[in-house]
Amino acid sequence: MTATHPEPNVREYPEHFEPPRGSAHRTLLGAGLVRGAWMALAGFGLGALLVMALRAWWGWDPVWDTEIILVVGAMVLAPIGFLAGIGAFDYWLHYISGRPTRPEDHSGHGATSWHDYFRVNTDHKVIGIQYLVTTFVFFTIGGLMAMFFRAELAEPGLQFVDSQTYNGLVSVHATLMIFLFIIPAFAGLANFAVPLMLGAPDMAFPRLNALSFWLLPIAGIMFVASFLAPGGAFGAGWTGYAPLAEGQPMGQTFFNMGVQWAGASSIMTALNFLVTIITMRAPGMTFWRMPLLVWANFTTSLLVVLATPFIAGSQFFVMFDRIMHTDFFTPEGGGYVLGYQHIFWFYSHPAVYIMMLPGFGIVSEVISSMSRKPIFGYRLMALSLLGILVLGFSVWAHHMFVAGMADWLRVPMMITTLLIAIPTGIKVFSWVATLWRGRIHLTTPMLFALGFVTMFVIGGLSGIYLGSVPIDIAASDTYFIVAHIHYVLFGGSVFTIYAGVYYWFPKMTGRMYSETLGKWHFWLTFVSFNATFFPMHYVGLRGMPRRVFDYDSAFGNLNLFISIASFVLGASFILFVYNMVTSWQRGPIAESNPWHARTLEWQVTSPPPIFNFDEIPQVVGGPYEYGVPGARHAVLTPSKEKAEEKEEVHA
Amino acid sequence: MRKGIVQLVAIGVVIGVITALVAVLFQWLPASASEEFDRIQAIYWFATWMSVVIFSIVAAVVVYSVWKWRVPPDDDAEGPPIHGHTGLEIAWTAVPAILVIALGIVSAVVMSENGQARDDALQVRATGQQFAWKFEYPELGEFSTGELVLPVDQQARFTMEAVDVIHSFWVPNFGQKMDAVPGIETTINVTPTETGEFAVVCAELCGLGHATMRAKARVVTQAEFDAWIEEQDA
Repeated sequence: MTATHPEPNVREYPEHFEPPRGSAHRTLLGAGLVRGAWMALAGFGLGALLVMALRAWWGWDPVWDTEIILVVGAMVLAPIGFLAGIGAFDYWLHYISGRPTRPEDHSGHGATSWHDYFRVNTDHKVIGIQYLVTTFVFFTIGGLMAMFFRAELAEPGLQFVDSQTYNGLVSVHATLMIFLFIIPAFAGLANFAVPLMLGAPDMAFPRLNALSFWLLPIAGIMFVASFLAPGGAFGAGWTGYAPLAEGQPMGQTFFNMGVQWAGASSIMTALNFLVTIITMRAPGMTFWRMPLLVWANFTTSLLVVLATPFIAGSQFFVMFDRIMHTDFFTPEGGGYVLGYQHIFWFYSHPAVYIMMLPGFGIVSEVISSMSRKPIFGYRLMALSLLGILVLGFSVWAHHMFVAGMADWLRVPMMITTLLIAIPTGIKVFSWVATLWRGRIHLTTPMLFALGFVTMFVIGGLSGIYLGSVPIDIAASDTYFIVAHIHYVLFGGSVFTIYAGVYYWFPKMTGRMYSETLGKWHFWLTFVSFNATFFPMHYVGLRGMPRRVFDYDSAFGNLNLFISIASFVLGASFILFVYNMVTSWQRGPIAESNPWHARTLEWQVTSPPPIFNFDEIPQVVGGPYEYGVPGARHAVLTPSKEKAEEKEEVHA
Repeated sequence: MRKGIVQLVAIGVVIGVITALVAVLFQWLPASASEEFDRIQAIYWFATWMSVVIFSIVAAVVVYSVWKWRVPPDDDAEGPPIHGHTGLEIAWTAVPAILVIALGIVSAVVMSENGQARDDALQVRATGQQFAWKFEYPELGEFSTGELVLPVDQQARFTMEAVDVIHSFWVPNFGQKMDAVPGIETTINVTPTETGEFAVVCAELCGLGHATMRAKARVVTQAEFDAWIEEQDA
């Protein structure tokens, strides 16, 4: 008998016995998509039974109420069952129930085959790619919807769909693009890049990170599945204004609940970023040495954490009005219709910056490293992000200048709105000043970054028109708005997402994309984007309202032109997908630092080692010290030889 | 360097002229048929000239830099380590600040002028209901009409409400728009300056028939208007 206390190990805990791979036992009961599927079904069944039992008990007729069963079963318990099934909660459940956990178990980390992307993976690099692939899938679906309604709009009158389907297509398109593409695509890029840039081995909460990713497809499926609901998809726009939303068919509930899942995902990711950025910076990585992408995600995360609960609230209120017959927004019951818009925009205006600031970060990285120059006015660049953060919370009612809100609110909201032009202007001027006398490498990410700068200026300037109350009264709710948001969110956000994907593609995959195809993709996108959205300013000001399937025949020719241009824009995306897929499979092997950038992610191999850094980097200077003799951002491998070399250099 | 500045300015002027031509050669705004829209169009042009200048500056620097300082892919030199320039940074904080504040002041003035209801304004009630407008003239009789008729050069003050969901009253040629909201009353002024027929468009998504929720606005002389009222009242 030995007196030593044995270390806990796998053999002593039969729970950790795993049946062999491929056995029926393991397939059905082991964490994974199969268990996810049956547990989702079980969740739905449980929800349906619960609702029916309670209704029967209280004697309500009918016992089967489809909408309520869908809410409780399909939109709450089925997703929870799915998440439990794929194993998102395993560790926590073990911990809570007092069963042993394996703190040093890294089996959830890294990816050796494509299977590893289809399970709960705790590696921020895998999660980043999971995010990006998922979001591009929903981008494709949302884009196809746009192609569909552009076909409908090619001539006045109804041709292909009925009016509820049309409203559904428009609403689901916007919802997918916002909640399932732009916001999470940025989260994906940041998930991949931020821990590397900080010199951290992973995010602060890897399991939470995995969970936040898996909430996303749930939200996306709800939005798309709303087309299958009786009565069709939600058709009150992505803004879902009450009371229109309250009278919508059942599809509206899919929106109300989908937003909850997408919002929860956003909040968890944002908390994760905040904790990671605050606590996991490498030694020497002060706030003033952080790359601007990190700054951008820091401010974005603050916006997400503070604002997202408001949209969650607004959608719950609408749903309660719909299915529980509360009266938040029904005037007959004493509700206040404009209350919806105030709560909704208190999130959805900051959301515009949630969809923009990470792009600012990406563009700062790309322009600095491709111009081989330090970013112009680094501190002012970071401070202007904070300026936008603060001002961003004080402008929401500029969406309501014609909504009939309190008159006194108009002028203050106009002033704060116009003031946002100042920090935004600082950023734009600093980017172009960074180009000045640089050594400019016109690679695909750089093309998209420069395309972004010019297009975003147009979107920003049309925003100034809309910030002015009198002009807004004329232009609000017209195609001018559609043009404006697409210049900001497509010419702005989507261009930066493309820039980011091309820029980090070699780091993510270890392979190089095709520059030729990339440049074709850029020019096709750039030209067709402008051909699609620029004329919308015109039809809008001239009198075409947004969200209509039919319009004055005077706008027929221009709408036909816009539709054709939009099909070219859609086709240009195929080039991108082709380039990504083939380059990932068999592109040339990428160097670890193809752009000769200074930030930390480029100082490790491509793709990076499983825990990013084999030794903790020591940060010794700013991230963009191009052209400064002897300047370094970080010291990575303080092995003996290197240290001696360094001594010599200094001597 | 001097030659470079000349080239940069030349590019800026070319872009500026092209953008300015785009701004003036197309009829971006519908013809104004109200005093309110006349004032709005003045701010529109203020914002437009500001935008032309700002866009031209940014685009010129981008185009010039890429043209002048583009290097082949194998170039591995680095640019000059310029970290910033306090004077420039102050300038591009202050100048836009002045511009937007100027725009804000002009806008606030126009807003207040357009919002002023005169004592002799013609009172019009507009009610939105899926998917039609109903207009009433409470001072002139107890009738309602689906066609909006207004006398020229006389301010009309609209009081709006909605029966079911939010609608938005918009006449593009008047440049005025206001939501009709269930449960509250909203107001807006229109002072027509041209006689003729104009479209009333619903601008807020209001359901299945939103695209077809249109009406006609007819602006007539005071005499014609009085005659029309007689006719309605009869």
